[in-house]
Amino acid sequence: MSAGIQLDDVCCDFGSFRAVDHATVDIKPGEFFSFLGPSGCGKTTILRMISGFIEPTSGVIRIGGQDVKGKRPNQRPTALIFQNLALFPLMPIWENIAFGLEMRGVDKAARRAKAEELLRLVDLPGAADKMVSQLSGGQKQRVAIARALAVEPSVMLLDEPLSALDLKLRQHMRAELRAIQKRTGVTFIYITHDQGEALAMSDRVGVMSQGRIQQIADPREIYNNPVNGFVASFVGENNIIDGTAGPAAGGLAGFDTALGGLRARISPEALGRPVKLYVRPEHTILTEAPGPENAVPVTVTEVSFEGAFISVLTQTETGKVLAAEIRNDGSATVPAIGAKLYASFSAERAALLPDATVRG
Amino acid sequence: MLRRYGSGLTLLICLLVAFWLLMLVIVPNITLFEQSFRPYLPVTEIGGPRDVYSLDNFLKVFNGDTQITLFGRSFAIPVHVLTFALTILYSILVTLICFALAYPLAYYMAKIVNPKTLPTLLLLLFIPLWVSEVLRAFAWWIILALKGPLNSLLLFTGVIDKPVRWIVDYNGVVIGLVYTYVLFMLFPIYNAVQSLDTNQIEAAEDLGAPWWKIHLKIVMPHAKPGIASGAVMVFMLSAGSLLVPSILGSTTSQWFTQTIDQWFKDALDWNTASAYALLLLILCTVFVSLAMWLFKVKLSDIAK
Ligand SMILES: Nc1ncnc2c1ncn2[C@@H]1O[C@H](COP(=O)(O)OP(=O)(O)O)[C@@H](O)[C@H]1O
Ligand SMILES: [Mg+2]
Repeated sequence: MSAGIQLDDVCCDFGSFRAVDHATVDIKPGEFFSFLGPSGCGKTTILRMISGFIEPTSGVIRIGGQDVKGKRPNQRPTALIFQNLALFPLMPIWENIAFGLEMRGVDKAARRAKAEELLRLVDLPGAADKMVSQLSGGQKQRVAIARALAVEPSVMLLDEPLSALDLKLRQHMRAELRAIQKRTGVTFIYITHDQGEALAMSDRVGVMSQGRIQQIADPREIYNNPVNGFVASFVGENNIIDGTAGPAAGGLAGFDTALGGLRARISPEALGRPVKLYVRPEHTILTEAPGPENAVPVTVTEVSFEGAFISVLTQTETGKVLAAEIRNDGSATVPAIGAKLYASFSAERAALLPDATVRG
Repeated sequence: MLRRYGSGLTLLICLLVAFWLLMLVIVPNITLFEQSFRPYLPVTEIGGPRDVYSLDNFLKVFNGDTQITLFGRSFAIPVHVLTFALTILYSILVTLICFALAYPLAYYMAKIVNPKTLPTLLLLLFIPLWVSEVLRAFAWWIILALKGPLNSLLLFTGVIDKPVRWIVDYNGVVIGLVYTYVLFMLFPIYNAVQSLDTNQIEAAEDLGAPWWKIHLKIVMPHAKPGIASGAVMVFMLSAGSLLVPSILGSTTSQWFTQTIDQWFKDALDWNTASAYALLLLILCTVFVSLAMWLFKVKLSDIAK
């Protein structure tokens, strides 16, 4: 059983500080939804409002269509996985996992059986009688997931659950979490400040900044069509160029810059607002002869060979640094440092974006 | 230490500590220990043929029976054994009351109160400690007196219609001991609860635990060492207290320390007094060890 979650114009104030600012989002049953944003942007606050530890200052939260106002965490069909896991160190693993069942009055034999079953699900058979302190970080992670799943929640809430793990384990656990979510069909709301994690795991991502949800879309859309400068630069790398936009036609607009006249996409919402040009390094091409559009003469200053691609830093005549990434198809040539080249990009791949929507 | 203070000062400090331990702790206790096995004799006979080691002083607790009624049946029991049993019993009661008062307050201070107001709260708790123990005991004696402020207040508000005699049996002693030693329960529990990760409390609630199960299954097990050391301290201090039972006792209350005191001061029989004191120490220690074993508390937990 999984449930959808709706946040309807939810705000949360701590004193005069607004931690969550008019958040509206509709998370579907069975969806893997991530909130992505830098530390302090209000992600944990959103999660704690959904789980019932904080009441929103205004707005409505619905779980499975029902307004949960005034309901305590133990009355909500949610299970929260804490950033520090918060396992109970004085209980053996199986009692940790069965804690929720014990609270529901399930008898001991059934609790034990359920704990064993969940331990198999999270790939930790045989750990039932160990103590928390005997497990590694990744194993504790799995126990925390099993403990939350034991109460058969309609919604799982995960607060940066992988942040304490090392890189390799993190990548492994990503796939694992995703698989558990698929297997159980439970709605997952996942919080992270790691864009790679959010993009790789989620059905949809909500990017947050300063308490506001900036964009809600699937990972491809977030990466390819960020709605503003904050989303563009938080999710992936960019060359950012200042300038002023000219009139738009057919979704494209001219852009006057110190590097000369450029052209890029512009969305209707951005029209008339101050914008900057954003183009990803992997869409920036280095050629000996000037490209057909948006060509800027540059000098190569730094080259690093990354294996799958070659990362090149260049400098324009005005001193502006532009980065480019050359995909290594096996025959790619590595430009020499000091080489005079042209950096260019197609207008379709560059976007004129306003800054983030901020509180005001 | 040697490098910081130089050899002269270090030697002095070591000597002072050694003196303290030897002359003020070890020697007096060994003397009492040794005395307790010897009979009480006129000065001229000390060292004489009758001055031999025996357990006679200890066995004096079994002298002189008194009648008590328990569950409708009447028993004969040695007076001093009864006093000892009641001392232990009421010390347990004091410990339980202290726990009942201190635990909620400790939890409140550690997990609920705004950290900014905590220093004020601590100050309020400490202020009574600035007044001497004697004065505090007398203050309670005055408060609880038949024509004292407590009765006046209760009469005035109409809770009672004639004055209540508060200091009967062990009431006064229990109230006085609770008041004197409750902080010894509060602070160890406060420290223990404070070290509990608040997320664990929230995790338990999130998993469906009602508030009292959170305390029973999460907070109390975590705070067990603090509760144990608080309980041991309050129990030992109560059982060993002389001042409070002397001031707040009634005509029908007798504390074992008062019996010891009578051997010392009224009978001038230091030997028997020493034996009784030793007995109290040993039996309390046994009792505490038993309780710790029962509640599965390790000594190393308490020492933390
Ligand atoms: N209980 C609280 N009291 C006051 N401010 C808080 C409280 N909880 C969070 N905040 C503030 O709200 C903002 C958002 O916090 P949080 O939701 O924890 O961010 P994130 O999880 O995205 O890092 C932060 O600036 C934080 O300092
Ligand atoms: Mg957080």
